[in-house]
Amino acid sequence: MTDTPIDKIARATPAGMARRIRGFSDRTIAWIFVAPTIFLLLAVNIFPLIWTIRLSFTDFRVNRPNREVEWVGLRNYERILTDPDIWATMQATAHFLIWTIVLQVLIGFALAYLINKNFRGNDLWTTIIVFPMMLSPAVVGNFWTFLYQPQIGLFNYVIAFFTGVDPASFSMIGDVNLAPWAIVIADTWMWTPFVMLICLAGLRSIPDSIYEAAECDRASKWRQFWTITVPMVLPFLMLAVLFRGIENFKMFDLVVQLTGGGPGNTTTLTSIDLKREAFEKWRTGYSSAYAVILFVTVFGLASIYVKALNKVKQR
Amino acid sequence: MSFSVTEPTNRIKWVAGILVVGYALVTIAPLLWIVATGFKSGPDSIAYPPKVLFEPTLEGYVNLFTDRTRATQDMLDAAGAPRNWYEQIARDQGTVITGASRYGERFLNSVIIGFGSTALCMILGTAAAYAFSRFRVPLKDDLLFFILSTRMMPPIAVAIPIFLMFRNLGLNDTHLGMILLYTAVNLSLSVWLLKGFIDEIPVEYEEAALIDGYTRFQAFYKVVLPQAATGIASTAIFCLIFAWNEYAFAVLLTSGTAQTAPPFIPTIIGTSGKDWPAVAAGATIFLVPVMVFTILLRKHLLRGITFGAVRK
Repeated sequence: MTDTPIDKIARATPAGMARRIRGFSDRTIAWIFVAPTIFLLLAVNIFPLIWTIRLSFTDFRVNRPNREVEWVGLRNYERILTDPDIWATMQATAHFLIWTIVLQVLIGFALAYLINKNFRGNDLWTTIIVFPMMLSPAVVGNFWTFLYQPQIGLFNYVIAFFTGVDPASFSMIGDVNLAPWAIVIADTWMWTPFVMLICLAGLRSIPDSIYEAAECDRASKWRQFWTITVPMVLPFLMLAVLFRGIENFKMFDLVVQLTGGGPGNTTTLTSIDLKREAFEKWRTGYSSAYAVILFVTVFGLASIYVKALNKVKQR
Repeated sequence: MSFSVTEPTNRIKWVAGILVVGYALVTIAPLLWIVATGFKSGPDSIAYPPKVLFEPTLEGYVNLFTDRTRATQDMLDAAGAPRNWYEQIARDQGTVITGASRYGERFLNSVIIGFGSTALCMILGTAAAYAFSRFRVPLKDDLLFFILSTRMMPPIAVAIPIFLMFRNLGLNDTHLGMILLYTAVNLSLSVWLLKGFIDEIPVEYEEAALIDGYTRFQAFYKVVLPQAATGIASTAIFCLIFAWNEYAFAVLLTSGTAQTAPPFIPTIIGTSGKDWPAVAAGATIFLVPVMVFTILLRKHLLRGITFGAVRK
């Protein structure tokens, strides 16, 4: 065996230094790589969350920093849960959530089903349909107020054109009965493509062989649809509902630009109400408790839902 | 052509095609209306019935980038002849230009904050994703779930303490503050997506590199990074689009120096009431880049918007 000078040096180097020369150990690298991410998330997400929980037991107000801060225990929570206005807000949120999800699932699934028929040029049209969801909700929401203008707005004009009513006779964002629907329409326009894309992924994951087998068994197209297509797409659809549910529970930008929560409080969703309490009335302690209640609601509902989703997946 | 039972008939294809194209036309109409309104004159934009055919003008764009004041005849006479085309357009509306508007600045802020946070997010996210993909990290599943769950919080709810924290650190209304904030928000998506992409690169490549005498770091940036380039690029565009579109944090935490375009565009008003052509012009300039990215990104869309939960 030849003994080159390099081999001699290598043998003479202590093990610890050799490792340092060769590079850090995998474990060290793992920590170097993960630590900054975890640190940033702790600083910007977890630390504020803990702070929010702490503030929620006080009557602190940001606009009066020099005032003595008092511990009020659970009084903030008690006041929120017994406040009828908050329940009205929750109702507005529920109306918004339920109808946007129903419409988006129906239209989104139908579109995906049609696109999956692979007609010529379906790629191009899919991309066009996806546009709204990639855009800034605040900027687009602001422009929807223009489309909803009585008389001059495009939306009112089109409705008037097809139904024959006077375009100046109704105001989508000024009428207490119509405003909740105005935000549902705008959100459905914006987010239906999201449900569509996920359904499309589901439809494309079904192997042709299953349909071929069903065809051999002389199952009708109708039966194939209900016994193959729907059950196979269901986990995907439920995933889409989960994402949309969480997103719309947090909904702020689109609606605040569109209606600002009005007229009255008819479209005041929880996030908009929270923003008013925290950044207009500056009731920091109270709104912190409000925020905590919202977290618990989202996490609770989401985890129950994920359990149900896993059951569907296992079938 | 071979016969297949799963291939739809031509008639079904036609019906499906017509329905989808119909929906696409309806859905794109508001966007086309934004672009069209940007090129309308003030009276044309609020005409009844809404004008589909009109004489295009750059009024909206001139109004977007300038501050103007309504001018009396004396002022017009005193100002003399318009020196260039945009002054001419302002004069035609009976106004004189008093200076540049803030739109340019706000747009630049969006660019700085968007690209800054995306770059930082990619550096941190790729490293973390690599570690999660290749090493045994203690509590890995818990950490990954924790990273995902940070996305569930309503922005307004975390905004209160972030507002207080930023005020204490002097980060309120600064570019750095917004970059850090958007990076943190985007990290959850990036780590999940990038981990999926890196998982798909065979470990054997790195092992071969390590045997050839590369260190871990070298194996990471000479072998893994080039392989993951497509994944990193499409993740980056998703982060960029999020930061570009974000409104809630921007409106609460910025007001002057670091304000981005989304909170600014809705506040554009003209010399007499809401100037819709200017708003539409601002929106067009702001939205078109995203549409271009969407076209470029269409193959990778799905993975990004579903947190990697749906794979092709």
